[in-house]
Amino acid sequence: MSESVISVQNLTRRFGDFVAVDHVSFEVEQGEIVGYLGPNGSGKTTTIRMLLGLLEPSEGKATVLGYDAFRQSEDVRARAGYMSQKFALYDDLTTLENLTFYGGVYGITDKNRIKQTLELVGLTGHESTLTRSLSAGWRQRLALGIALVHQPKLLFLDEPTSGVDPTARRAFWDLIYQLAESGVTILVTTHYMDEAEYCERVGIMRDGKLLAMDTPTNLKQKVIPGDVWEVFAEPLQDGLNALHEIDGVLRVGLAGDHLRTITQRGMKKTALQTGLDSKGVHVANIAAGEPTLEDVFLSLAR
Amino acid sequence: MNSRLFSLIRKEFIQIWRDPRTLALILVMPIVQLFLLGYAATTDVKNISLAVWDQSQTPQSRAFLDAFRSANYFRIAYSVGSQAEYRMLIETGKARAALIIPPDYANRLQEGNAQVSMVLDGSDATVGGTALSTARLIGQSYATKVLTEQLALTGRSATITPPVEVRTQVWYNPDLISAYFNIPGVIGMILSFITALLTATAVVRERERGTIEQLIVTPIRSWELIVGKILPYVMLAFVDVLEVLIIGHWWFKVPVRGDLGLILLLSGLFVLSSLGIGLFASTVANTQQEAMLTVMFTMLPSIFLSGFFFPLDAMPKFLQIVSYAVPLRYYLVIIRALLLKGVGVDALQNEIIALTIFAVVIMGAAALRFRKRLD
Repeated sequence: MSESVISVQNLTRRFGDFVAVDHVSFEVEQGEIVGYLGPNGSGKTTTIRMLLGLLEPSEGKATVLGYDAFRQSEDVRARAGYMSQKFALYDDLTTLENLTFYGGVYGITDKNRIKQTLELVGLTGHESTLTRSLSAGWRQRLALGIALVHQPKLLFLDEPTSGVDPTARRAFWDLIYQLAESGVTILVTTHYMDEAEYCERVGIMRDGKLLAMDTPTNLKQKVIPGDVWEVFAEPLQDGLNALHEIDGVLRVGLAGDHLRTITQRGMKKTALQTGLDSKGVHVANIAAGEPTLEDVFLSLAR
Repeated sequence: MNSRLFSLIRKEFIQIWRDPRTLALILVMPIVQLFLLGYAATTDVKNISLAVWDQSQTPQSRAFLDAFRSANYFRIAYSVGSQAEYRMLIETGKARAALIIPPDYANRLQEGNAQVSMVLDGSDATVGGTALSTARLIGQSYATKVLTEQLALTGRSATITPPVEVRTQVWYNPDLISAYFNIPGVIGMILSFITALLTATAVVRERERGTIEQLIVTPIRSWELIVGKILPYVMLAFVDVLEVLIIGHWWFKVPVRGDLGLILLLSGLFVLSSLGIGLFASTVANTQQEAMLTVMFTMLPSIFLSGFFFPLDAMPKFLQIVSYAVPLRYYLVIIRALLLKGVGVDALQNEIIALTIFAVVIMGAAALRFRKRLD
């Protein structure tokens, strides 16, 4: 076997008749930031729970940090950090008390280690603030601090940015990069498409299946079946209907104040223009669009 | 102590400290219950309010009334002149009983066949029952006295004694004070209530907030999690035991005749079984409310089937059998015996064995359900 930090083969979990995770296989190498993208209920959290030995796989095998994820889960847990989407903090404890408690649970009694962790997540100066009066962004940092207090080699982040404002999200990602640079491997789930772009590799989950896993650039090149165009038409609904009827148009969708469409590769802008004109739709502008992970997701979800 | 367990216990104490209302409840509730049960829940019947219709109005009838007055059980509260009057007093609850002395009382007393009648309000069975038996006793002893006096007047032997006399001797609580019986009961109730309820909610709170998930992914072991969660509440429960013992002893003068070390040791055994119930409830419930209701659900029957208020001997066979599954039942026997009788371990063997079995079974069942997994 290779020295992958995470190695998953045909991992499956059923809850009764429902298949939450369906024969998923992937590898994660040391120092990588791997994103796990998918809507709620697509099996992201269930996968992480199996990797931490919280749930028994119905089928398949997972090795984490060289240990069997289920049978040697105690070894995995001692070396991995986990930040759940609930930000599992004690509201009635202060920042420092929360961190000291989790530190103690990992056998860390050295006050300097706790201080370093506080500093790392930028909470110095907030030691004696009660957790319940922290903003969502600060809570997120504290939750990350708790996952990091024992200096794990591997970090699982389950929807770490849900409910956090964009500035705090950006700052959070800066921290993640910093950690990855120091050699920590990170597996992060998200349902924010833009956030997935920050990852070195992204896995796309849907209905328990891992549809693809690659770098964002490769995904866009390989998965999107054609060219992306942004069409500014008036009225939008007529434009949408008209685009559907043009030969060579593969997908059309609303995107705020304009339409986003994927056409067969090499299709000309003029072909779209004429097509729309002939249907009597007023077109203000047509521009080549930058492919996004959302396009990838939609293309895969077909 | 290992650092994981120590951290858990310290965290739990900080949380208890941060919630002063719960802390106050834990420390003050036993005192309130102690005073309530020590004073209000007394079954000692005294000063029953009595209405008297003395139609005779003679020295003889007044002497009879004096006999009632001198026994503390009745208080002659009303003097009435008609049946309608005492009926009204009893209906409105102002009088619990009425004593009617007929007009010819003095004459018939002379002849030796006087009759008085007594009407009792039986709607409160305890008061009615006591009133009934004491009225009979007062009547009998007065009759004996009158007979003795009459015989003395005729110059015959001055005393008469009944052919059989029951001489009673009450051990341990000669004055039959209710508080002596109730206060040990309060200790048992508090112990089971505090430990079961607080452990159940403390464990479920972790699940409700999602912190249990975070705890499970740490190297903490199941037993450390269980012990760390319950130990702080065991300590608080013992503070309560001492509190109730001290107030019970110095204020209510409840004797502590047994060995204090043994009292605490066997209380600890009982606490284990309560903790087991609490822990088990926490594995069944998903929210703190559910946990609380589950514990309450076990609390009420255990109070009624433990002999706390109602004697087990008087219950139907079926309920008596059910009561064997109630740990409080054994503890009440133990604590009452230790406080009032001052017995040693040998007198309590059966109860100790029963409690041990219960504690082992319920703790085992709870620990089995309380695994470090989520499914």
